[in-house]
Formats: sequence, C-alpha cells, structure tokens
Amino acid sequence: MAVVEVRNLCKHFDGGRVRAIDGIDLATGAGEYLVLLGPSGCGKTTLLRTIAGLEEPTEGDVLIGGQVVTGLPPRARKIAMVFQSYALYPHKSVLANIVFPLRAAGVERGAREERARWAAGLLGIEHLFARKPRQLSGGERQRVALARALVRDPTVFLLDEPLSNLDAKLRTSARDELKRFQQEVGVTTVYVTHDQSEAMGLGDRIAVMSDGRVRQVGAPVEVYDDPADTFVATFIGSPPMNLVPHGDVLLGFRPEHLLPSEHVPGERLPVVLSVQRMEYLSGDRHVYGTVEIGDEPTRVIARLPATVETPVRPGERHEFAISVGRLRFFDTGSGTRTDPVRLASLPAASGLGA
Amino acid sequence: MTAPARRRLADRDSTLGWLFLTPTVVYILALVGLPFGLAVAFSLSDVTGGDPSFDWVGLRNFERILADPVFWRSLRNTFVFTAISMLLIVIFGKVLANILLAEFRGRWLVRFLVLLPWTTPVALSTLTWLWLLDSVFSPIDWVLRRLGLIESNLFWLGQPNLAMASVIMVHVWRLVPLAAVIMLAGLLSVPKDVQEQAAVDGAGYWRRMFEITIPLTAPVIAISALFGAIFTFTDMAVVYVLTRGGPTNETQVLASWAFFRGIEGSDIGQGAAIALFLLPLLLAAAIAILRAVRRMEVS
Repeated sequence: MAVVEVRNLCKHFDGGRVRAIDGIDLATGAGEYLVLLGPSGCGKTTLLRTIAGLEEPTEGDVLIGGQVVTGLPPRARKIAMVFQSYALYPHKSVLANIVFPLRAAGVERGAREERARWAAGLLGIEHLFARKPRQLSGGERQRVALARALVRDPTVFLLDEPLSNLDAKLRTSARDELKRFQQEVGVTTVYVTHDQSEAMGLGDRIAVMSDGRVRQVGAPVEVYDDPADTFVATFIGSPPMNLVPHGDVLLGFRPEHLLPSEHVPGERLPVVLSVQRMEYLSGDRHVYGTVEIGDEPTRVIARLPATVETPVRPGERHEFAISVGRLRFFDTGSGTRTDPVRLASLPAASGLGA
Repeated sequence: MTAPARRRLADRDSTLGWLFLTPTVVYILALVGLPFGLAVAFSLSDVTGGDPSFDWVGLRNFERILADPVFWRSLRNTFVFTAISMLLIVIFGKVLANILLAEFRGRWLVRFLVLLPWTTPVALSTLTWLWLLDSVFSPIDWVLRRLGLIESNLFWLGQPNLAMASVIMVHVWRLVPLAAVIMLAGLLSVPKDVQEQAAVDGAGYWRRMFEITIPLTAPVIAISALFGAIFTFTDMAVVYVLTRGGPTNETQVLASWAFFRGIEGSDIGQGAAIALFLLPLLLAAAIAILRAVRRMEVS
C-alpha cells in the first residue's frame, strides 16, 4: 500500500492558455479510496493521467510511495489503471488480456497463469478466459479490466470513470462490488468520476475539483454537510444547497432542512415559502418556491420526505423554517465559508408560526 | 385546398435505382468488359498489327509463349519484382507512417515532402531517375566515387542485378508515400487508450509495437499490401521508362513483355495471351482481398 501525493502540480496545454491543472497539492492515505469529483473539464482526468505518467506535468511533482516519479514512464510506476472505455486489447483473449502486464514484467508462464486465475476468481470471470473482448457484456468487460489491473499487485489503482459505460441498473450493483473488491484488496485507489452518488458511495474521502483546482477534500459527510465554498455547496447534493443573499453573506441550507415549521425542532429560522411548483420524486416532494429573507425574494427548493404529510399546493404561502444549526454562511464576494453571523435583522429566531 | 399527394420520380426507389446504376454499368461494360472480351478473343487468334483479320488459331499463342524463354524470365522477374518491392514498401511505409504520426516542429513540411514522390507523374520522376542512374553522369556514382566506396561507375541500368535493383528502388520510392499514408490511417484507428493501457501495463516501445500496434493494424496493412502487389504486378511504367526490359530482358516483367510483344512487336495475339496469363494470379489476389475485407467487417 503506497501513498500517492502531488505537490504544487500544474499542467498547462497550448502554451499556458489552457490550465487543466492549476496548482494542486493532494495526498492519499495508505490504502485509502480517494475520489476525484468534479464537472467535466475540471481537470480530474488530467490529474489522474499525470499520476499515471501519461501526461508530463508543467510544474510540480508526483510522488508514489514517497518516491518522486515525475518524468518516469508509466511502466516504471507500478500502477494499474482502468480506463473509462476499459481499453481491453481487442485481438487478445480474456486470459491473454489479464496476463499481459505479467508478461511485460517478465513473470514466467506458470506463475502468470496462477496469478490470472487468482484475479479472475476474485471477480468471477474464470469461465470467460477463452473469449475475445467483443464477445463480452459491459459488466464482464469491466471485470476483465479490473482483473488485468489487479493481477500485477500494483501499488496504486487509478480508475477513470469505470462505471460510466454501464447501464444505470448495472451501475448500482457494480458500484457495490467495486467497493467490496477494494476493501478486500486494500490497495490505495484514486477514482475519477463526475457522478456525486458514486463519489459519496465509494470514497473514503472526496476531492471536489473545479477549474483545475481542488476546492475541498474531506469525507463524504464533510463535503456534504460542511462545504468549503459555494461551488462545493451547489455541486454536491441533488437538488443543490439553497443559497439566499442576506447582507454581505449568503445563507446556505440543504433542501431537506427547509421544512414546514411544525417539523423543525429547536432553535429555528422561520421563513414564508411561496410555493410555485411541485415534483414528486421517489417518495419525496420537491417544492419549488421563493422565500423572502433579507432583501428580495429568492428561489429555493425544499425537499419534504414522505414522513412529512403537511398539505402543500402551488400558489399557496406556507410557514416553513430552517433549524439554525443547519445554516451555513458564505462570503458573498468570494463564495468561501465564513463564520456564522447573528441574524439580528430577522424576527425572533423561534417565534413566528409556532 | 391542398394538392393530392403524388408519387414523384424521387419517391420511386426501383426506377431511381436503375437510373443511378446505368452509368456505372455502361462504364464497366465499355471500359472493362469489352476490352477483356477482346483480349480473350485476340489471344485465340492470329491478329497482328499488319493483318487485323480475325483467324481462329486455338491455343497456339499460349503454346508459343510457354515455349519462349523470355516469357519465363519475365514471369520470374515479375514475382521477384513484386515480392521484394512489397516487402520494402511495407517496411518503409510503416516506418514512414510512424514518422508522420509523431508530433514535431515542421511536421507539415515533412508530410508534404513525403507525399511528393507519389504526386509526381511517373514518367517525369522516372526520367529524373534515368539521369540519376546514368552510366556516365550519375550523381549517385559521383557521390560514391568521392566517398571512395567505388572505383569506377557502376552502370546501374547496364548490369542485370543492378538494373533489377534500380527498378525495384524506383518503384519502392514511388509507392512508399501512398503506403505510408494508408498505414498512417491504420495507426490512427488504433484507440489511443489501448496504447496508453499497454504503456501503463508496463509494455515498452517494441512490445507495444509487436503486440498491440501491428496486430491491430494488420488488416489494413494486409489490404494495402495486396492492393500494392496487384498494382506492382500489372505495372510496367518504371520498367518501360528506366530499362525497357533490358539489359537483354533481365528486367522484363509480364506487363512490359506483353506490351513489347503485342503493341510494339505488333503480335497482338501473343501480347493478349501474355496479358491474360496475369488473370488467374490477379483473380486469386482479388479474392484474397475481398475475403480479408469480409473478415474485417465481421470482427
């Protein structure tokens, strides 16, 4: 188990006009499952490719297991990578695909087969050994790609959106399997995805990226509950965190924390929600409307779980509230997290509607 | 009121199909079918340039060419010429394709220069080669003399083996650019992530070349090699301009021999018979190509 670390990493394309990675410092823990999450074009795949050695950084260093590997070719890095497309060798059988890294490493035939059987057994694909990649389903291809990555005892796994080519149903079970598999093998893993539910489900920690920078690194619960800035707040969560301007701060609260007053215990911030439209999604009601906190009406979304049965109809005004402990505060200008401010301009924080 | 829907010409598939096919059918019949039929007829006749009347002679033309040592010499030369040319063309084409693929400054200039031999009319470029290989004024000999590698001029086109080597060299020079471009297309069709996967899996340059790139581009290479072989097999341009088959038929190939016999020697019957001798060989090559294409479509 090795630690992967990047120091002050930059990768520019077109002579500096495109900054795919713009100064990243990041380190995994040993055996950790680190997810790089961000919208497309945020630099997450470039970061992964730079760790793999497929791209040379413009500046900064890549360290694997404490050794600087910047400038070394991919094969000198003892890493295994699974590409989005799985990149199986189309002219080779499944077995030949799996043993390819071992042959490149000069492992002798008998030992190769043994390793291949072990890896294939772990993924349940031994019966596919004689097939060609084109005769496999999407899920089988993914397993073959994983077996090929696993067979060489890599120090690090690099996975580039390995689930995005599977259909939605398969994706959920594959995600589950991937997690179990990594826990069994215990290899440090860097996983790239743009899908936040994958990131939440798989990652020990998540690094949220945008515009070539890391916005926040933390456990799933941290990036969800305590986003470092408004980008993380709105990128993570579906629907995203509501942001309401109030003086020189933005008030942030998750849709599931904006509830009818009677469902909000303790100290709370009452708001009046003018309901515009409703959606009914897998048991939850998503209520779209405006609230008037501070200066002007702001569009917000409330998510009422099935347990909240308060009747809510479009066109009506309702007494809602947010638990004060659930409020997050961001600087209006920079968008970064700030200390809580006293909401003195509001009516008594527990009064209205009780 | 709207006009009732009517079937227009553009809606009638079967009529249109015939309409579009007709030019091609006429073209093939007039320029391939008719000459082919004539060639078969001529090969069984005693038609000559001086006496165009058609008299049936059966297989006498074939008997006569089979008894002619120059025919066997040409047949052997054709195979030697084709085999060595194709081998060199595939190897150089592959190397050149890799150069074209690489990213470097001034790549467009190199690409342009590489394609130049192919775009030059063969008669023109071969004339240049004729001068380059001249027995007295050859610049190649001059350079070799200056380097001290040879004592006197080599007579490139005057000595049997050197003449054959020269013909092959010029032909290779002419076809390599095309082969390189075709193989470049093949190389570009290998998915980039498969190459990168191999690199991450620990394969070095040569392992990637022999285990990934070449197997994956093999169908393209095979097809372009077969096309090139057919082209080389039936080609007489280089031979005609450079050596006219000489010295004493040492570089004669079937195509040039058929031409010299049939057109320049006016023995049309024999020329046709020699030319038809290529048919079974070319047919076999064509079948091989079509089968390879089919295999590619299936996989």
